[in-house]
Amino acid sequence: MEKPRFDWLQPVKIGLVGGAIGVFFALVGMVEAFSIRDIVDGIVSMGQMLMLISMTFTGYMAARRTTQPQHLWVLGSSLLAGLMFGGMVALLLIVGSLVNLRAVFINASPTLYELLAFGRGTQAGALLLLAEGVLVGVAAGLLYLLTGRFRQALVNALGWVVMAGVLQELLRITFGAWGPLAVINQWLFTGKGLSVPGAASLFVLVAGTTYFWSQTGSVLSNRLRRLPPGGQHTLRLVGILLLVLIVLALPQILGLYLSEVLTIVGVFALMGLGLNIVVGLAGMLDLGYVAFFAIGAYTMGALTSPELGFFSLSFWEALPFAVVAGVLAGVILGIPVLKMRGDYLAIVTLGFGEIVRILALSDFLRPWIGGAQGIAKIPKAIVGSIEFISPQQIYYLILVGCLLAGFISWRLKDSRLGRAWMAVREDEDVAAAMGINLVATKLLAFAGGAAFAALSGAIFASKLGSVYPHSFNVMISINVLCLIIVGGMGSITGVIVGAAALVGLPELLREFAEYRFLAYGAALVLMMLVRPAGLMPEATRRRELQEAETVEAEPEPAFGAPASP
Amino acid sequence: MLRRVLESLSLTDSFMWLTGGAIVAVIVVGSAATLSMGRYSGRHWFDFIIFGLAQGSIYALIALGYTMVYGILRMINFAHSEIFMSGPYTACYVAMALSRSGFLESQPILSLAVIFIVAMAVSTVIAVLLERIAYRPLRTAPRLVPLITAIGASFFLQYTFRGLYGSGFQAYPDIRMLQGAWLLGPLRILKIQVVVILAAALMMAGLYLFIQRTRIGKAIRAVSEDKEIAALMGIDVDGMIVRTFVIGGMSAGAAGVLYALMYRQVHFFMGFIPGIKAFTAAVLGGIGNIPGAMLGGVFLGLFESLGPNLFLDGLGVPSPNQLKDAIAFIMLVMVLIFRPTGILGERLAEKKA
Repeated sequence: MEKPRFDWLQPVKIGLVGGAIGVFFALVGMVEAFSIRDIVDGIVSMGQMLMLISMTFTGYMAARRTTQPQHLWVLGSSLLAGLMFGGMVALLLIVGSLVNLRAVFINASPTLYELLAFGRGTQAGALLLLAEGVLVGVAAGLLYLLTGRFRQALVNALGWVVMAGVLQELLRITFGAWGPLAVINQWLFTGKGLSVPGAASLFVLVAGTTYFWSQTGSVLSNRLRRLPPGGQHTLRLVGILLLVLIVLALPQILGLYLSEVLTIVGVFALMGLGLNIVVGLAGMLDLGYVAFFAIGAYTMGALTSPELGFFSLSFWEALPFAVVAGVLAGVILGIPVLKMRGDYLAIVTLGFGEIVRILALSDFLRPWIGGAQGIAKIPKAIVGSIEFISPQQIYYLILVGCLLAGFISWRLKDSRLGRAWMAVREDEDVAAAMGINLVATKLLAFAGGAAFAALSGAIFASKLGSVYPHSFNVMISINVLCLIIVGGMGSITGVIVGAAALVGLPELLREFAEYRFLAYGAALVLMMLVRPAGLMPEATRRRELQEAETVEAEPEPAFGAPASP
Repeated sequence: MLRRVLESLSLTDSFMWLTGGAIVAVIVVGSAATLSMGRYSGRHWFDFIIFGLAQGSIYALIALGYTMVYGILRMINFAHSEIFMSGPYTACYVAMALSRSGFLESQPILSLAVIFIVAMAVSTVIAVLLERIAYRPLRTAPRLVPLITAIGASFFLQYTFRGLYGSGFQAYPDIRMLQGAWLLGPLRILKIQVVVILAAALMMAGLYLFIQRTRIGKAIRAVSEDKEIAALMGIDVDGMIVRTFVIGGMSAGAAGVLYALMYRQVHFFMGFIPGIKAFTAAVLGGIGNIPGAMLGGVFLGLFESLGPNLFLDGLGVPSPNQLKDAIAFIMLVMVLIFRPTGILGERLAEKKA
């Protein structure tokens, strides 16, 4: 028998792809932009962390793809991949020192080169990069060779440290607001990032906990499952009660700035719940969803603002009109697209969204809705003697809206209508043959989705106190679509999780706002390629997608693999 | 139950016919009012038409990419607008370098050729990478999945180029040869518009011959007719799909340069609106149908350049040109409602059944 030979081509390919991604991060400007924040103060910045993580991932992928299980081979291929990665970035460094890349690539600045070269100049920097590649590659290979439990503990611990570094602002503010907790701040943070002892102790703590939990976690959850039904019930009740308390107290805990972030998350979550009905349940891809948000906001503005001087209603008087306007718009825009499917629907709704924005911006409707200047002086909501002004107060307004929408969608989902929506999503023709009234079902989906969006828009208008046409561009639609897809189409918790992750996180990382939509686009593509059901998938949806996958005759080789033997 | 369905159907149908009727009425009354007003002379209309033709032939070139990919994969390549953007945006830097070195001044035709080749190459590379990374693994997935992927890819590409080249507008260097106008008796035609129309027409004719006459073209048509049978006939289906993306990328890149030469600037978001318009053009001509896309593009260009002034000016709408895009989108909706197969698109109707 022929001795198996070391397959060096595979890791080289993987390393080159990984290196290309690394160069991409550098040229797009992420490395430089991210280095304003340190993960561990003075030791590793966010930008360097980005490079390190992608390098580790590349090495890990190469290790996983090794055809033979010998340890040395695995290490060899991860080393090779790491070396390739380092080599690519070093190449960028060398090319950058010879040619003025900045004439084309705006981010290829001296600062970037300095960061990449660890501040040591081109030649030393290139050598250091190669060395870094080798080291990180070997580390990634070792990580792969570790037993599952150790690996889990290490990855988790590293993840927590990175998250703590990225979200340091949030943590600092939160801890700082609570006297006794401020001690944690002093221990954990210093300067631009985590302090060395803080990072080390966090790492050890998380690693230890994960390791311990992986041993005893299943025992514990088994014991819980063996509790008598009454005991389980109380336990769940306590859990829910705790959750409610936390949700109610959140703005007080988090303070002003973070409450503002929360209200934005809430506005998007409310829209997400609406789009979830249209896309998640009824399966109609609506890219003009921002139109209904705009209609809600503009109705609120036009009816309440004394500036235009038509009605000057109060917030609560105008709110039902805003929602009804949304529903009407949903039906009116829904009728023309009743017979369209999939792609056509997407592009037509996109067109609708643009039409609404163009009309809002035009001089044509200026006397009624203010044209490019928008509408100002929209009053706040008043309950009794309390006026909802600060974000901490508006949070409760949005919370009520979200709860209402969440409750309605939860009840609708398993109702006759909800099942009809899902049937339409699966197969329109079969659904029609089963006696489902397609027209009514689809229009109700549009109307329901539009109602939530209009409600969200009305609250948004009152929150800002003004509306401008520029707030209602297609990016809002994409944002909402992205959050329900990442969260998991059709799932209500998915929408909340998606909103928190895709709206909350970017709001917390405002200084990197430039890369928000880059990340969204990548998230959509990766999500569809890797996990089309989303982070928090709905049960039926997951089953369908799995079935669709098993139908596939042969799994496609992933990117970087040879197409055929 | 059945009666109720019928009733609601007729209700929605009548609503749509009413809307359609109202729009036609606006068009007729508006045109009559504008023409009787006599604010625009024949020369103005001539300008509008030439501009519309130039604009429309660019739409037609972009629409080819949409329509061919739709024909072969049954999906809207949403990121096609970014394929369109990437080429001329990159070639802009080549053009600036050429302009700085004075080569653009001394050898304008050669320089233009270089610019076109660079733009087409970049667009093609992006298109092929997109197919390989994002679309090919999802070919058998449920329909919504590749569509969402395409939307994601579109934004990813937009912001990638923003990150690479910056977020500002980049001015295209002037090419002396293409500036100014020719005088045809009393009429004045901008040179650039004539060049755009001619170049686009030439490329479309070449492409049409390629698809109709060559072996590869035949194979592409076979794959878009039926993938399985084409594979049984010994056609490399994956290869043909890649070639389709190559052709789409090339024509988008060329269209992009023409667009940039006409508007003299590039921007990372420049693909979005022309992309939707070109899709409209593709639908208008009947998606999946190559001559249809060309016809649809030219028609849309004319409609858009004449529309605002012809239909709305007479009705006293202030600054009607702001509503240009809205008119195009309304036309898209109307076409999809009343003639979803498009002007020439009978073929698709059979296929969908």
